Amino acid sequence: MKKLIKTLLIVMPFSVFASGGEVKLEHADIDLSDNASLERGAKNYVTYCLGCHSIKHMRYKRIAIDLELDEKEVLQVITPYGANIYDKMHTAMNRHDATKWFGTYPPDLSLISRSRGADWLYTYLKSFYKDPSKPLGVNNTVFEDVGMPNVLWQLQGEQIAITATEDGKDVIEELQQISAGQMSPKEFDQFVNDLVNFLEYAGEPVQLERERMGKYVLFFLLMFTVVAFLLKREYWKDIH
Amino acid sequence: MKQKLNESTEWVSDRFPLKKLWEDHMSHYYAPKNFNVWYFFGSLALLVLVNQFITGILLTMNYKPDAELAFDSVEYIMRDVNWGWLVRYMHSTGASAFFIVVYLHMFRGLLYGSFKQPRELIWIFGMLIFVCLMAEAFMGYLLPWGQMSYWGAQVIISLFSAIPVIGEDLALWVRGDYVISDATLNRFFAFHVIAVPLVLLILVFLHIVALHEVGSNNPDGIDIKANKDENGIPLDGIPFHPYYTVKDIVGVGVFLFFFAAIIFYMPEMGGYFLEHANFIPADPLKTPEHIAPVWYFTPFYAILRAVPDKFAGVIAMGGAIVVLFLLPWLDRSKVRSIRYRGGIYKKALLLFVISFLGLGYLGTQPATPSATMAARVLTAIYFGFFLLMPLYTRWEKTKPVPERLTEQPSIEEKIPEWIETYHEMTEKQEVKAASGEKKIVTRPNPSGIIAVLGRTVKKLINSLN
Repeated sequence: MKKLIKTLLIVMPFSVFASGGEVKLEHADIDLSDNASLERGAKNYVTYCLGCHSIKHMRYKRIAIDLELDEKEVLQVITPYGANIYDKMHTAMNRHDATKWFGTYPPDLSLISRSRGADWLYTYLKSFYKDPSKPLGVNNTVFEDVGMPNVLWQLQGEQIAITATEDGKDVIEELQQISAGQMSPKEFDQFVNDLVNFLEYAGEPVQLERERMGKYVLFFLLMFTVVAFLLKREYWKDIH
Repeated sequence: MKQKLNESTEWVSDRFPLKKLWEDHMSHYYAPKNFNVWYFFGSLALLVLVNQFITGILLTMNYKPDAELAFDSVEYIMRDVNWGWLVRYMHSTGASAFFIVVYLHMFRGLLYGSFKQPRELIWIFGMLIFVCLMAEAFMGYLLPWGQMSYWGAQVIISLFSAIPVIGEDLALWVRGDYVISDATLNRFFAFHVIAVPLVLLILVFLHIVALHEVGSNNPDGIDIKANKDENGIPLDGIPFHPYYTVKDIVGVGVFLFFFAAIIFYMPEMGGYFLEHANFIPADPLKTPEHIAPVWYFTPFYAILRAVPDKFAGVIAMGGAIVVLFLLPWLDRSKVRSIRYRGGIYKKALLLFVISFLGLGYLGTQPATPSATMAARVLTAIYFGFFLLMPLYTRWEKTKPVPERLTEQPSIEEKIPEWIETYHEMTEKQEVKAASGEKKIVTRPNPSGIIAVLGRTVKKLINSLN
């Protein structure tokens, strides 16, 4: 069942409404039952992302419940210093300042996985490259001229774009790493995947429970239909 | 105790025709005995209507019709309200399910001529329900206050401004502001939650009253009241209750199975039931790159875009719906059911289905020149089906209609045939597994598949004559 659903989800054209369909997206390995990955993702989110991006619909308490973590552990490992377990994942970034610094304010990421999709996020976070012509010194192949700095550059190392000329226009062929980061490419992929996994969870915290519940509902409805059918056949016996 | 019960029943029936209503509309309402699968969609539409009412009422308890709060209140329902996610998905999936069911219900009418004399008023009431449903869905879609909600409404309401002279003022009056805003959200909420549902309910009542006055049509398109027994009961009729109540429950079970599968496993339906861009809060300053209405409006949206002039496009889109109202008078054929109609109607109907589905697909896609060209051709076919109908139905060569209902194999009876077809299309092969054991594996059988396909195509072509 799960396999069928997964293939269905992949087959359904996701790109119909997503922007920038030209770049080929890498596949994020989403597994919401992997609590360790979600915990790492949550922790890394607070460390690297929460400075600018809130997830205002997510409570730390909910993370503790869903990831089966102890509340004290969540307060120690995940939440920023001084946060309460009932707090939502707010950012300390002031909207006015942010607009002054980046030209736009960093969006709330509660639903980013639902509007962009996990693969987009995964590819986006890995696709920053050096571009001195931009105010922040970086550009992105998935989201051109994005107003976000490459927060993860120390981990990933720096990348440059290798361009080729096609029809008189410069087209980016691939990104090449020019300096080593603190993480190996494999470790970095895992890091980004954990982050995206967490964002996917945060987009709809109930989805795992929903799928778990669905089995029972469908089983009940199947049995209901069988009984209803037998009842119908019994009544209709005398109709010719 | 029993006496008390009888007394109170008597007390009620002296004052209210409970027994009479039950007999007239259920236990002594005679329906043709040969309803097939197409006849499930009427009762299913009623089921979805009830679903929308109940889940809708629950949603209003936590939803805030305020431009500042609307988007967040929906997320609050999805995350913090107990079972809120289920109620919301039932409502959002229910909206799409409503259109699927209603489109199939209407198509049934086209197949078996259910709109023809004496059921013209049933069709008219049904069409009014359809128009109300579109208004209901359109206004409901603004309420989550996402980007698609906002810009979809912006595009559709701006269509009013294409009307000469009064257009601009009319659009302003509808919106209550120069752009879609809090004022629009509030009035759409009022219409979505009170005004339109009330009208819908009244129309559904009228639809059923009109239906029970003349009785249901059937797949043979014959009047069952023409053959009655000595008690005045149609020979081919069976009481609606219990026969069709128990049968409809089976349909309900099957429908709910698919409905639940969507709710629990793919509530977004790949971006067709809940559009991805609608998970971004409405932003009046950022126009999305590609604005597409929800799937059920796309055939009409494609017609709108196919016409080069904006006002003419609006008229074409309106005309595509108005022309449906005229159907009972456009069709001049003497027989109702497709079973006894001439080949020309069958071919026309097939073309119509292709054009409707094609337009539906094109409406979701960006309007490239080739897509627009295709939409124009399909629009011409769509209108051709209706406007040429008086000609091609008048001269169609119909087949003789039987006196009494014919018997067709039911789904249960077809199952052995399907199993046989499956066996023909597959073959069993012995395969040696890696461990050395012999296994029997079922593989597709190419020659069998070709034979089955050939027969199916032949059957389809024959059925068009």
